[in-house]
Amino acid sequence: MNVEDSTPGSIPPKASIRRSSTISEDIFGSAYDHKVVKRFTGYLSPYRKLIIFSMLTVLLFSVTAVLLPLIVKYTIDSALVAGVENTKILTICVTLFFTTIALNFVGNYLQELIIGRIGERVLIQLRRSMFEHLQRVSLSFMDKTQVGSMMSRLQGDVGALQEFLHTITVGVGDIILILGVVLTLFFLDWRLALMMIGVVPALLLIRVIWLPFARKAFIRSRVTASIVSGSLAENINGIRAVQGLTREKVNYSLFDILAHDNLAAQNKAARFGVIMMPIVDTLTGIALAVIIFGGGLLVSKGNLEVGVMVAFMLYVQRFFDPIRQLTMHYSIFQRAMAAGERIFEVIDVPIEVKNKPNAVTLKNIDGSIEFKNVTFGYVPDEPILTNISFKVEPGETVALVGPTGSGKTSITSLTHRFYDVWEGEVFVGGKNVKDVTQSSLSQQVGMVLQEPFLFTGTVIENIRYVNVDCPLSEVVEAAKAVGAHNFICQLPDGYDSMLEQRGGNISLGQRQLLSFARAIVANTKILILDEATASVDSYTEMLIQDALSKLLKGRTGMVIAHRLATIRSADRIIVLQDGKIIETGTHDELVTTNGLYSHMYSLNYSSFDDIPDDLIKEVTREWREGIT
Amino acid sequence: MTLKPKITNRTQISGTYIRIIKMALKQKLLLVFGVITIFGAAGFQLWIPILLGSSVDIAMDVFSAENADVSDQLIFSGVLLLISSIMRGIFTMAYNYSGESIGQHIGYELRLLYYQKLQKLSFSYHSHIHTGDLITRGILDIEGVSMFVRTAVLRSIYLVVLIGTGTYLVLSADLVLGIISLSFVPFAGWRATAARLQLRSSWFALQEKLSILSKVMDENLGGIRVVRSFASKTHEMDKFDRASEEALTIANNQVQIKSKNVSLIGISFLTAMGLVLWVGGLKVINGSITIGELTTFLAFMSILQAPVRMLGMMVNAFARGAASGGRLFSVLDMSSDIEDSQGSTKLTITKGVLKFKEVHFGYEGEHTLNGVTFEVKPGHVVGIVGPPGSGKSTIAHLIPRFYDPSSGAITIDGQNIKDVTLDSLRHAVSVVEQDSFMFTASIDHNVAYGNPWAEDLDVETAARNTQMYQYISRLPNKFSTMIGERGVSLSGGQRQRLSIARSILLNPKIIIFDDSTSSVDAATEQKIRVALQEISRDRTSIIISHRLSSLMHADEILFIEKGKIIERGNHNKLINNNGKYAELYKLQIRPDDKNKSEKIKNER
Ligand SMILES: Nc1ncnc2c1ncn2[C@@H]1O[C@H](COP(=O)(O)OP(=O)(O)OP(=O)(O)O)[C@@H](O)[C@H]1O
Ligand SMILES: Nc1ncnc2c1ncn2[C@@H]1O[C@H](COP(=O)(O)OP(=O)(O)OP(=O)(O)O)[C@@H](O)[C@H]1O
Ligand SMILES: [Mg+2]
Ligand SMILES: [Mg+2]
Repeated sequence: MNVEDSTPGSIPPKASIRRSSTISEDIFGSAYDHKVVKRFTGYLSPYRKLIIFSMLTVLLFSVTAVLLPLIVKYTIDSALVAGVENTKILTICVTLFFTTIALNFVGNYLQELIIGRIGERVLIQLRRSMFEHLQRVSLSFMDKTQVGSMMSRLQGDVGALQEFLHTITVGVGDIILILGVVLTLFFLDWRLALMMIGVVPALLLIRVIWLPFARKAFIRSRVTASIVSGSLAENINGIRAVQGLTREKVNYSLFDILAHDNLAAQNKAARFGVIMMPIVDTLTGIALAVIIFGGGLLVSKGNLEVGVMVAFMLYVQRFFDPIRQLTMHYSIFQRAMAAGERIFEVIDVPIEVKNKPNAVTLKNIDGSIEFKNVTFGYVPDEPILTNISFKVEPGETVALVGPTGSGKTSITSLTHRFYDVWEGEVFVGGKNVKDVTQSSLSQQVGMVLQEPFLFTGTVIENIRYVNVDCPLSEVVEAAKAVGAHNFICQLPDGYDSMLEQRGGNISLGQRQLLSFARAIVANTKILILDEATASVDSYTEMLIQDALSKLLKGRTGMVIAHRLATIRSADRIIVLQDGKIIETGTHDELVTTNGLYSHMYSLNYSSFDDIPDDLIKEVTREWREGIT
Repeated sequence: MTLKPKITNRTQISGTYIRIIKMALKQKLLLVFGVITIFGAAGFQLWIPILLGSSVDIAMDVFSAENADVSDQLIFSGVLLLISSIMRGIFTMAYNYSGESIGQHIGYELRLLYYQKLQKLSFSYHSHIHTGDLITRGILDIEGVSMFVRTAVLRSIYLVVLIGTGTYLVLSADLVLGIISLSFVPFAGWRATAARLQLRSSWFALQEKLSILSKVMDENLGGIRVVRSFASKTHEMDKFDRASEEALTIANNQVQIKSKNVSLIGISFLTAMGLVLWVGGLKVINGSITIGELTTFLAFMSILQAPVRMLGMMVNAFARGAASGGRLFSVLDMSSDIEDSQGSTKLTITKGVLKFKEVHFGYEGEHTLNGVTFEVKPGHVVGIVGPPGSGKSTIAHLIPRFYDPSSGAITIDGQNIKDVTLDSLRHAVSVVEQDSFMFTASIDHNVAYGNPWAEDLDVETAARNTQMYQYISRLPNKFSTMIGERGVSLSGGQRQRLSIARSILLNPKIIIFDDSTSSVDAATEQKIRVALQEISRDRTSIIISHRLSSLMHADEILFIEKGKIIERGNHNKLINNNGKYAELYKLQIRPDDKNKSEKIKNER
């Protein structure tokens, strides 16, 4: 079957519809999670005083709100009812009313302002902790994590908390309001109050039945939404591959399925949300009817003041409105708890590679690198490097060569301690990399990575990168050394030209040159070049080598390359295969000691690994036998 | 030539609302239902204060009526109240549900439209718009529009109906009190409008800042290896802090606008209520109205309280809806510069002859390609070499029409690629990209990305032909092994080979390898090429490479510099030419002594 004759909507067998990642996407729990709330309050503690103050303003707002109907009641009973009409008291009452609303205004303004501001601050703080933590977690974790899924936590979940903070102000006020109303009602007339509160147990009962269903619906709506976002993000990131491989239709129909699921789930959740409206309203109606009937009878018998009855009627709204609101807010609370959990989950990712408590700063080193019996792998029980030992002397340049997947890049990662070794030790400048601080290690070891990565920004910003104070002359010198100066000058704004995302508006070779220049500007004692010139032609490469040999005098180099020309300039060559060192020595040594390298050299292959497999096997065997 | 697309966010604001409303109008049934139920909800809502007031009067009529009668009347109005409350609840539920549902349908529709749009937009758009920005629009802005529809559209109708009918009722009951009780409406309306305008521009600003923030985070996480290797944590945190402080300032400003206006609207409402109490009280005292009538007014006002409180939220939703809608529509309205032309036909491949005729092209008005002419016959291989930035990838990108040449023509079997459908063209042509993207999925799903209906056997064959089979079969989960984002859990060469496998699985007539074996050792590459030759004798291939052994055997080799072909011919001819190709060859084939490279350099 082919793409063209596929029926739209059918799911092809080899297409992932859901994506998985290391930490599960779908953690959604209750509306109140003690752990989350506790962690969250930790972030609030710096603002303790402000929060206490804001609680006072909430109190002011709620109490004044409760007082208003009470004032109305007194006005009616003491100034308006037939027989006691009194304009003076009316004026006093009205003045009281206006004073109260003035206070209410102050309370309202301050509560919104302060809590709103604290909220924004705290959110930024939370996002910052998450982001900062991601700067420290080990690459082994990052390798397995999708940027999109982290971004959805950094943005979406933080956003969900924001919504929560907005409603919690209202929520706390509502609760105070309800309590205030209940107290006032009992104070006014306990009989009527009892009658009215009588409907509350019914409401609670209904909620208990409603909750489990509603929760399921809300959870489903969140899960489907996050799947939809993930799928959109992936499509955007890989859009070139999508268009190049004409995968649009398939992806669209897959996405439609996801989006439709989401629509259905959200509709269902909405139904559960709105169903509470008539229920609460029915109860409101019952309460009102009770007041009218019971209260009316009492009034007519002279057992109750009219004002009390009016006050009750006004209070009924105040009482049930927040209750209805709280039900609505349930889904927001629950989403916030889920979001909180997802945020704290990131903050809690253990850091595998971290500084020892007594880690020293690596300074003024000689520039040597040593691997001692190193064994390492990415997946447990699947070693990629086995028992690797070698030493690079200060100032020496060593080439690492070997077929694809033999572990060259892995060795450079270990030198920089992106990962910790399983067995053995790695020394840089004579110090075990585990005993020095990571940042000082980075200041000594510069790298040009196999995949060039540039940031959105100008050319010069990219070359300077961390060294923001690096003078222009040094930047230009570095650019010249790697042969990038010419093309930079031809860009519309020279060194100030903007690079798009990942350097998308320059060619790959040019990107590689810029990332090379960036490493030179960093001016480290040790420089690791992982196929730094793989996307550059040999002539340019030769020019680079010439310039570099001057620039990098006295520094230690580790070079990975497939081209003989690149390798030849190294002082010593380490030959790697399947994660083992099979040969090592200087160019001259290797040529004379009838080993693999000499075979290769005499065979005149243009690239080191341009050798038939059987020959490598044969030579390797000879060579090994020679050792034993 | 392609123009740099500028995304403007401020499309006409009123236009934005109209477009959103138009989308809502498509949900006719729900909308009609919603509007009808709004009238029900508002009607019953307004009936309640009337009932309340009259029952107060009934209770007070004790002196003038029989007790039994009072109790009957009270029961009657109690029952009426109960009924109207229930009806109010049901109608409120109904209109709220239609609002929710319409909003979600619009969200769904926008999501699909947006997705489709992004898939159609050409490479030149995508390279100018940051993915973080697109993702933010696709998630937060769609949510913004949907939320606007959900919470604000029907509710504002409700509010208008409620206040409108209420106005009529209270004014006809008592003109003075009526005017007083509604006196807050103009003020509240003024504040709400002012707040909406202020919030709208601040939402624009905030979304922009948040986009910047997400760019910073996205690039940091995407380039985490660079960040780590330069120990640039502080530098990156600085960038983050700068962006987030800017966002915070705007957010704080928003909080300020909201608190100010919400509380102002609140107090204006309460002031009106106080005035009703005062003036109404005076009227009761001089006997022109009853306490019951006063109660009606007060109850009416307390019923308005919740909607007035809602007003703040609605204003925000309106503002955010406009900002988000503007940002969204600006993407949806972009026309792709690469589209099927009118009357385009399916590409029919007879032989597979690819021709470039005097092709000129520039990304942004520059001259990247200056008159490139060549031809590839079926079964033939053309090799392209040249320094970085000479335009090799650009040539590759023109063939599947990722970009269109500014002049000249590219034809396949005599058909100009501009006149055939994109779909048929891209099925016939496959480019193995220089930096290929791998999806977070299993190995087989990645290999079958272009044809997810492929059989296991096809996937296996593709893996064998790219020398990946051995490696994959050693993995514990074989073809089901998940590979990380962009293929992080693979070595450079493995990633490149997987991307070749992905392309050859499609069995395209024309295949272009853009430096796709730079990290693959030459021995492995040799094997791949032999395998490919066997399965595709009549395929048309272009190989771009810096490694001459990869294209030495090509039928024709083009040496490109500054967008021009400066040398062409087969290997032997070019070597005899003793030009730049020959220099490269000397450098690569036997770089045995320094002298030679010195010599070459001096010669140049
Ligand atoms: N992050 C990772 N997670 C899991 N496995 C990995 C990871 N990175 C590399 N590998 C595996 O480790 C092995 C060695 O990879 P490495 O990148 O060191 O090879 P290399 O010698 O640099 O190859 P190339 O020349 O192709 O770049 C490969 O089999 C690869 O699949
Ligand atoms: N998306 C883009 N927008 C603007 N300019 C671009 C874009 N892509 C490439 N260029 C420019 O066009 C020129 C040709 O780039 P191209 O990618 O074709 O080079 P290339 O020959 O493939 O180089 P390399 O060997 O480095 O891959 C370069 O100067 C580059 O800076
Ligand atoms: Mg590598
Ligand atoms: Mg290129």
